[in-house]
This record gives sequence, structure tokens and C-alpha cells, in this order.
Amino acid sequence: MTPVATHTSAPTLVKGSRAARSTITLKILMAASGIVFIGFVLVHMYGNLKAFAGHDAFNEYAHHLRTFGEPILPYEGLLWIVRVGLIAALVVHVASAYALARRASTARTQKYAVKKNRSSSLSSRTMRWGGVTILVFLVWHLLNFTIGKINPSGGATNDPYNLMVDTFDLWWMTIIYLVAMLALGLHLHHGTWSALQTLGLTGTAAARTRAKTAGWVLAVVIAGGFSLVPLFVLLGVISK
Amino acid sequence: MKLTLNIWRQADAAATGEMRTYALDGVSEDMSFLEMLDVLNEQLNAKGEEPIAFDSDCREGICGTCGLMINGQAHGPEVTTTCQLHMRSFKDGDEITIEPWRADAFPVVKDLVVDRGAFDRIIQQGGFISANTGSAPEANSVPVPRDKALRSFNMATCIGCGACVAACPNGSASLFMGAKITHLGELPQGQPERDQRVVNMVGQHDHEGFGGCTNIGECAAACPKEIPLDVISQLNKDLRTALKHGH
Repeated sequence: MTPVATHTSAPTLVKGSRAARSTITLKILMAASGIVFIGFVLVHMYGNLKAFAGHDAFNEYAHHLRTFGEPILPYEGLLWIVRVGLIAALVVHVASAYALARRASTARTQKYAVKKNRSSSLSSRTMRWGGVTILVFLVWHLLNFTIGKINPSGGATNDPYNLMVDTFDLWWMTIIYLVAMLALGLHLHHGTWSALQTLGLTGTAAARTRAKTAGWVLAVVIAGGFSLVPLFVLLGVISK
Repeated sequence: MKLTLNIWRQADAAATGEMRTYALDGVSEDMSFLEMLDVLNEQLNAKGEEPIAFDSDCREGICGTCGLMINGQAHGPEVTTTCQLHMRSFKDGDEITIEPWRADAFPVVKDLVVDRGAFDRIIQQGGFISANTGSAPEANSVPVPRDKALRSFNMATCIGCGACVAACPNGSASLFMGAKITHLGELPQGQPERDQRVVNMVGQHDHEGFGGCTNIGECAAACPKEIPLDVISQLNKDLRTALKHGH
């Protein structure tokens, strides 16, 4: 019998572990920042539905977001408070996702020749790429409507309602937005349940079912609600 | 029953392994999966070849020693341990791929044998209660509510086989830790060390190189003892509580 090497490195017991430096704390940060985004997209989706009320109602809503809280807050005051919060949540969400994804990739460097998925949902397996898709979309979305005000049809950009209609009148722009909403829906479907589980709120089988149902409801309501406006512009129901 | 087996062969921890194919005839459907491998090993021995190393002990599904990745599923297609899996779960002419648990925290020792010492070290960090030995106290002096006793007992059925890690796309041992945390945390005896237990166990888990949990659920589906996902919620809750208590 030939001797067998059983170890390649000496195992150690760690001392002085801190809760704040654990992978679970990274997950809690992801869950908390994710819940901030859920709140944001819900309000954002509701605001977009103003497009069905017509040109003036939509633009008035957009203007009102900027004058909200005046005169105690300055012009765009509330908007900037929300933006700073969202940017902070985005940094936390992306940084912890990156750290956890890196850990996962080094946890199994030798892959399986054959690996089957037994119970995981499509949405749970596409969280990382879905997240990247949403991030890339976010850059375009902000260039399109907020920072750059790019009108893909080449028209005027000073009128929010008209800019929106001009954008979604192009079928390929609508497709881009619908793909992004599919990514968002998948992300919300797993993310909602995952956030509740990470926060330790799904301690029973019934609570787990409720959390998964919440994921379905939020995914359908938010991604579906957002998709209505571009679809109805393309169908000509919402027009200039 | 005639089978084609693709099996991972690796001489030792330092060697690079490879998949090798073996043909095996005369397999009875009443054999357990490990007995099927025993038959193959007898043939290899007769030919003067090195037999395939794999772990097994009780062969009753209660010790947690055995564990193979069979056709991409931890412990194979049934909800049981590898030793309790029978060849009637397969068909004549099947091709079966057999691999060791894959996780950098579980290095391969030889062929299909992995070193699960990482689990022992996680247990060393808090998978116990401290109690004076010598004079056993009166059992009924510490009342335990029935639902808590039941949950604790159900989670104590974890045999530490490592299937959860093997099935997890992130190579996380959260289900294993969650089972231990819940098992001890439901009992009055587990309370004094509760905060320190979760922090130290998770600290060792992270140190060993296991990944973080993404709540995908592959672990619970692979678990031969059907430990449910809510133990991971309990693990997270205990860690959050420890964080609040300043640990």
C-alpha cells in the first residue's frame, strides 16, 4: 500500500470571530438595501401610471416631485434626499453582492462533471446576471430620462411626457425596457423571499410560504405595472 | 443489470484526478449503491487494480459517513443517504456519474473520499453545550415546551454528511449550521452560549472557505434527513440577535 497525502494545508480554529465581519452580515446588508429598492420601485411604478391620466397630469406629477415639501425643503430637496439614500443603498447592495459572489466562486474551484438542480427556481439561479442586467439598464435609463435626457427619436427633451412617448414609440426601445422588466421581475421574485429569509423572518413553513407568495405578488405587480406604460405607448393608447 | 460507471479517480490530496469509465455487469436491483461499488472493487482487486476509495460506516443511513454525488445529485435521486439508495432506483443500461462532494473546504483525500474536518471544527466552535459532568441532574427539573422539544429533536437528526454543501451552488454550509443552531437554541440548556455559539460557528464556517447562502434551496432538497430551510432563517436571526447584543 502506497502512502497517501491526506492534507494540503494545516487546518486552524479561528479565534475572536465578530458577528459584524461574517458573511451573514453581508447578506443582511444586501437584504436591507434590497428592501429600500422594493419600496422605491413600488412608488416609481405608481408614478409612471400617471401616464394614463394624460400629458398634463404626468408632467404635473413630475414637477410636483421637485417642489414636494417646499418651502421647508428647497427645490428638488426631497428628490435629492431620496437620491442620496438610493445611491447609498446601491453601493451597499452591489458591493456586498460582489463580495459574496467572489466567495462563492472560490468555495468550489473544481466543478462537477454533472450537476442537477433539484428545487431551485430559475429566478434564484439568475440573481447575479439579472442584477448585472438591471445595473446596465439603470445606466441607460438614467441617461434616457434623468441625467442625459436622450431622446432616441431625436425630438425635444424638455417635456417629460413627450420624451416618454417618443422613446416608447420606437419598438426596439420598448423591447429593451420589457427585457429589463423581466430581469427586475425575476430579481424581485427571489429577492423578496431571500431578503425575508436573511432577516430571519421565515422561521416556520407557513412564514416561508407567505414570503414566497410576497415575492410572486411584488414581481408581478411591479414588473407588470412598469411594463403597462411602454406597451400602451407602442399600441398607441398613450400618445402625444 | 448492466451499468456504465464514470467515476472520479484521484491518487491522493495532492494529485490531479480524472474521470474514468468502468463497465459493470450482474448488478442486482436489491443491492445498495455501496454494495454495487463493493462488487466493482472486488473485480478491480481481482485484476490487480487499485480499488475505488469511498467512505462508509453504518450503512443504515444514520451515521453520515457516506456521501457521493450521483448523476449530479447529492446522495443520488432519492431522499436518503448513499448507503440506503438501492439499485432499483436505476435502470439496466444506465450510465452513472459518481463524483466526490465538491467544495474547497472539503478537499479530496482519495478518489471519492473527502475530508470533512471543516464540519468538526465548526462543531468545536459551538456545536455543544457546556455542562458539569459526573452527577446527572433530574431530567424533569428543566421543563421544555413540547413544540420546542419537537423542533429541536427534528433538527438534531442532521448527521453532518455534507450533502447540503455538495448541493449548494455557493458551497455554503448554512443548512448544517442552521440545524445545529436550531437544535441547541430551542432548548433551555442551549441559552447561555447562544450568542457566542452562532458567532463562533459562522466565523469558523467563513474561515474554512464555505460560501454565503443565497436561499436557493438546493441544500434542503438534497438533505437525507429533510432539514427544512427555516433553520437558515433561524441561523440568520440568531446572528442578527448576537450582532444586536454586541458580539
